[in-house]
Amino acid sequence: MMFDAGANVRVKDDWPESRGPVHIRTPHYVRGMQGTVLRRLGAFPNPEDLAFARPAPVRALYHVRFDQPAIWQEGHAGDEVVVEIFEHWLEPA
Amino acid sequence: MDKDTPRAHHDMGGAAKFMCEAVDTAPHGLTDFDKQVDAIRGILGAKQIMTVDELRRGIESIPEAEYHRLSYYRRWIRSITAILLEKGVITEAELRAALEAG
Repeated sequence: MMFDAGANVRVKDDWPESRGPVHIRTPHYVRGMQGTVLRRLGAFPNPEDLAFARPAPVRALYHVRFDQPAIWQEGHAGDEVVVEIFEHWLEPA
Repeated sequence: MDKDTPRAHHDMGGAAKFMCEAVDTAPHGLTDFDKQVDAIRGILGAKQIMTVDELRRGIESIPEAEYHRLSYYRRWIRSITAILLEKGVITEAELRAALEAG
């Protein structure tokens, strides 16, 4: 699924690391969190497959902005956390 | 303030247990060992034998206690060794013989 800048998204609340060996670039602290797409950074072979030397389909990578206080219960309104997240971890919010 | 989640041990961003320790921001000198490991990784990448993604996966799969005990480049060589064994690039016997030969 493609997202435009400004799109409201939610990071999947999924924990593949509890199901077996994986390599994941989506930090634990944004799983299930809502954010806003800032920009599309490009498209890259999926590192989750590259890490196991599997054929790696190209996936879009986005900068997604989150409210920091919602993630870590600290900081001030307007503080933000920006994370690079691949498209297959995002769903419309 | 950790969420009750099955966070992988290397995925430590924002984890409360690491927020009480001051970060050592002093420049670290590289040992000869560090440089050799880095060179090995560079050669394996240039020859398309293993990727940095595989390197990271191998580092992340080091058991938690060892992961925190090992230096940065010792994690690398642990991962490189495991990946090369896994892919059949080297055998256990070859590794053992090389280590014994010093």
